[in-house]
Amino acid sequence: MKDYAIEVDHVSMKFNINKEGVDNAKEYLIRLAKGNLHFSEFWALKDISFKVEKGDRMGVMGFNGAGKSTLLKTIARVLKPTMGSVSVKGVIAPLIELSAGFDQNYSGRENIFLYGATMGFSRKFIEEKYDEIVEFSELKDFIDAPLKSYSSGMKTRLGFSIATSVKPDVLILDEVLSVGDAAFRDKSEKRLMDMMDDGVTVLFVSHSTDRVKKICNKAIILTQGQLVAQGDSDEMCRIYNQMVKNR
Amino acid sequence: MKKEKSIKGHGENFMKYRFLLSELVHKNIKLQYRDSVLGMLWTFLQPLLMMIVLSFVFGTLFGRDSSKVVNYPVYLLCGRLLFDFFSSSTKRAMKSIRNRASIIKKVYVPKYIYPLSSVISTFVTFLISLLVLVVVILFFNIANINPIHITWRIVFAVVPILILFVFSLGVGMILATLSVFFRDIENIYDVLTTLLFYVTPIVYTIDRLGFAAGSIELKIIKLNPLYGIIDMFRACVIWGGDAFWQHWSMHLMLYCCAAAVVCLVVGFLLFYKFQDKFILHI
Repeated sequence: MKDYAIEVDHVSMKFNINKEGVDNAKEYLIRLAKGNLHFSEFWALKDISFKVEKGDRMGVMGFNGAGKSTLLKTIARVLKPTMGSVSVKGVIAPLIELSAGFDQNYSGRENIFLYGATMGFSRKFIEEKYDEIVEFSELKDFIDAPLKSYSSGMKTRLGFSIATSVKPDVLILDEVLSVGDAAFRDKSEKRLMDMMDDGVTVLFVSHSTDRVKKICNKAIILTQGQLVAQGDSDEMCRIYNQMVKNR
Repeated sequence: MKKEKSIKGHGENFMKYRFLLSELVHKNIKLQYRDSVLGMLWTFLQPLLMMIVLSFVFGTLFGRDSSKVVNYPVYLLCGRLLFDFFSSSTKRAMKSIRNRASIIKKVYVPKYIYPLSSVISTFVTFLISLLVLVVVILFFNIANINPIHITWRIVFAVVPILILFVFSLGVGMILATLSVFFRDIENIYDVLTTLLFYVTPIVYTIDRLGFAAGSIELKIIKLNPLYGIIDMFRACVIWGGDAFWQHWSMHLMLYCCAAAVVCLVVGFLLFYKFQDKFILHI
């Protein structure tokens, strides 16, 4: 029996798009009373099933609006699928957006603890990793300054350093990470590559077939919420390039 | 069997995120007065200044009836401190989910942590602000102006405070859920708390309203759990002596307990039922 890190089982995700934009109670009640509450349904994901073996690096490709981000969000437990189920074994580290867990009025030091707590780390764990995080982010001189005085590059550096301080079982990467200047980008890429060498399971979303080929060994292609192809990354990249041409 | 597992799962999840809860509580308290010159001192000054203002405004009107009030500034402060905790904790809890939209959309977090941390952090500030009450009572007792006879029964004050905490958490969870779907709630609630302030006997005594005992109006006013909670608190602080049992009603206590627990259960169920849909609306 194979050891799967991620199992996505017949997952569908429905959004109700509300035509008239009812967002206040009066309108809602009036429409409810009239029986006039219409939503148009939109299925962002339709019956998607796939499995990722432990240690596999899976590329997720598709055009804009194909449901890539929605899929990642259901795997990261941010969205609950309308139908079907997702099971993930081990610790997930989502590197989707790197500055959401910060508080602007807090110092860098305090934010390390806050952000870590939001990721579900314990106090002990963050204290152990604190020096490493500060060193990796190269923010030693600014660590007691409030975050509102940081540049956006400094914030993403800090976020990346915290999020990757844990050794995850599953790493979720959305699009290409642009973290700070060239030097830091090399450093962060190296850290991710090291993680992958250690056998971390990766989900990688990208439009670039070159990067998918470089990073992944498997890939899936989504079109309008449906899984149209899955297999080895080289073959999938060929199919995807074909799709781009025929578009 | 399955249910047992899910309860255990919730417990484990809470243990995993308890550091987040304590971080958020610390943050709310720390940031409240950061960048202000007097800092934490405002926790004491604000209610004290408010008490002085309200005593001047309403003191001559309602403060004369000394047999019912004993000491008007203390009577007022008891009510206002409790009411203030209720109104600010529920308001913060109400906004807690919408304010964290950017996090909730990106990372998995058990969402109830946010309203819970809002209520707990306000509760901590409230407990600190109770020192004002101690100071004010000491001041009047030493100056010997309408002194308050404090007895051991003051420890009973824990009961109304705990009920108030449970009640506020319940109301906060309900408001947090509703405000995700209907923004209007935030505006309506501002007005509602003002109304609640005046229908709760805080600046006046319930006898001043002039309703006959057992009248329907009086019953409606007593339906408000805040009335009972504040009344019990005052009984412990102001009437701890022989008159205690005339002011403390067991019926009222049971009613307030029940109301608070019902609110909490409704709040959690409502929140639990709709939490997966929050992300689609914030």
